[in-house]
Amino acid sequence: MEVLKIATAGSVDDGKSTLIGRLLYDTKSLTTDKLEAIEKTSKQKGYDYLDFSLATDGLVAEREQGITIDVAHIYFSTANKSYIIADTPGHVEYTRNMVTGASTSQAAIILIDARKGVIEQTNRHFFINNLLRVKEVVVAINKMDLVAFSEEKYNAIKTDFEQLMSKRDYQGQKITFIPVSALKGDNVVNVSENTPWYKGQTLLEHLEGLDMAAVSNVGTPRFPVQYVVRPKTDDFHDFRGFAGKVYGGELSVGDEVVALPSQTRSKIKDIYFYDKKYETAARRSSVTITLEDEINVSRGDMLVKADDLPTIEKQFTATISWMDSQQLTTGSKYIVQHGVNKVLAKVASIHHKINPDYSGIDTGATVLGMNDIAQVSFKLNKPIFYDAFKDHRTNGSFILIDTQTNSTVGAGFIQ
Amino acid sequence: MKDTSHINPLENEAIYIFREVAAQFEKPVLLFSGGKDSITLVRLAQKAFWPAKIPFPLMHIDTGHNFPETIEFRDRLVKELGLELIVRNVQDSIDQGKVKEESGKYSSRNSLQTTTLLDAIEEFKFDACIGGARRDEEKARAKERIFSVRDDFGQWDERNQRPELFDMLNGQIELGQNVRVFPISNWTELDVWSYIAQEEIEIPSIYFAHKRKVFLRDGFIWSHSDYVFQEEDEEVLERMVRFRTVGDMSCTSAVFSEAADIESVVQEIRDSTISERGARIDDKRSEAAMEKRKQQGYF
Repeated sequence: MEVLKIATAGSVDDGKSTLIGRLLYDTKSLTTDKLEAIEKTSKQKGYDYLDFSLATDGLVAEREQGITIDVAHIYFSTANKSYIIADTPGHVEYTRNMVTGASTSQAAIILIDARKGVIEQTNRHFFINNLLRVKEVVVAINKMDLVAFSEEKYNAIKTDFEQLMSKRDYQGQKITFIPVSALKGDNVVNVSENTPWYKGQTLLEHLEGLDMAAVSNVGTPRFPVQYVVRPKTDDFHDFRGFAGKVYGGELSVGDEVVALPSQTRSKIKDIYFYDKKYETAARRSSVTITLEDEINVSRGDMLVKADDLPTIEKQFTATISWMDSQQLTTGSKYIVQHGVNKVLAKVASIHHKINPDYSGIDTGATVLGMNDIAQVSFKLNKPIFYDAFKDHRTNGSFILIDTQTNSTVGAGFIQ
Repeated sequence: MKDTSHINPLENEAIYIFREVAAQFEKPVLLFSGGKDSITLVRLAQKAFWPAKIPFPLMHIDTGHNFPETIEFRDRLVKELGLELIVRNVQDSIDQGKVKEESGKYSSRNSLQTTTLLDAIEEFKFDACIGGARRDEEKARAKERIFSVRDDFGQWDERNQRPELFDMLNGQIELGQNVRVFPISNWTELDVWSYIAQEEIEIPSIYFAHKRKVFLRDGFIWSHSDYVFQEEDEEVLERMVRFRTVGDMSCTSAVFSEAADIESVVQEIRDSTISERGARIDDKRSEAAMEKRKQQGYF
């Protein structure tokens, strides 16, 4: 079964939870007991419609305040695909949650309230999904019922959004516009009779049609070693297997590989998935690899093809999304977790900060606060083996861990 | 033609998580209830470390009110795979006066497990407890992380969770803290059942349709048993039922079913319009029941 992960982005009251609830309802994914709970609560609140947002708002505080606080995951499936939606909220920790949701998604839905059009926050939603290189973006122009399903209104918003697109960094992103009413169900799953002027697909039709191979980020194969399997049993006395996940491409038996950081060469002897041998390890498969030669490889090391080495450096510059209430300052030290590898890092300099309204950059910034996005240079205590984020979404990203609190305080995308 | 039987993204994700646990923690443990989710975890762990053995023990927090079929199954599985099993009993926590047995019509030992679990974590100094919870089960669980940090009191602070980006799992903790790990977070009930069918994993017989003495209350089908309080006017019936979820006898209700093999069970789940935890009496106590239990250190 194919799994498509989707991040959602929208401002408060754009109807994000309602859209997700509508998708669940129209695909008959809401179970009777959940539907009954929604009907009951909607009635208690005095609504004359079903409040689908109740299907996703999970925590007590959220139900009390009618807002979404944290990233929630929602699951539904059709005969064709399994869907995982990361529902990310639109307020205080907005950037943190959106970056997190987008990092694991191949597609994103950006919601726009048809009455309000493109607003400052739309800018942010688009910028972040573009920064994270999410391949497929759907711009759902919602609440069309409140603008009398006006084609002019829809086209005006589309034109405004295309203005933003002209400034984007990642041009390979595919963007699709769909006029919807999440509350009434127009063009979400079912074709609307209210928008005869719209000839495109409904939201679900569009998602169903996405080719998973095309929405995946493909690069060169990288194999970070997670764990060394040494059974030391009679049957597998000398077995030394390197367990990990293959990112970016495939690896095959016989491939000439280099182990980093030692730069020792060897060849792939066997590829195991559980107790079965395979000729080729597919992209994103969790396999165990043995090598022809006995070389020293441990957790955090990386196997790569001999003719395709990553950059091996003790410093890099990256775009940082800062996620902690405590500020990032020049000179401070953090742990960089790059895949499964950890090194100590020092902030060498903050080059510039993106203005909160994304209108430009601020080159005078000396500290970063929660939700800031900035370009920062780091020095490391040991070299890491990385690719630029634009070439390799996995091997070009890292997280920052606070050495005191152990919290994940930021995410970075290497240039 | 390339062999692609190793590309199930959910399976690959779970195996990756197991390996991160083994590498990042000193003393992990797999919380094993004998239910289908924890049985699935055992298979995934086998796959993650083969040909080596699973490098951590299993632990069962036994309420003493389990279905006998589950316990029998547990002991057989552990023996066949040569695994280490730790059992800690809720009865002991009751005898030590640490928790008080609930009384009355809806009494259950389910929530008492938390104290026994926290004591066991302290006793063995476990720093990572692997569990079979899934985000699709319940609204509070939909917000749970894959690596979920608990403080010295085992509490979940849902407002202060670490963001999880890409595949990267941050397992750094202080002494005394522990992490709850959920390798099948992103699986749905149907995914688990399909996997059990595909892998031909053996599960306890109570998951399949069988004749059982039951009684009806509040729209639930309760097991007739010494462990379950029953009013005199609640009539005992014999019906074909099966269980979709297996916890304590006192908090798990059955569904009427004729599905006697794995294929019919998968089909039944596919067609079902009632959610899995709809059969959990403990969740019906209030709308926020699960969130409250989780804050106190429940699985």
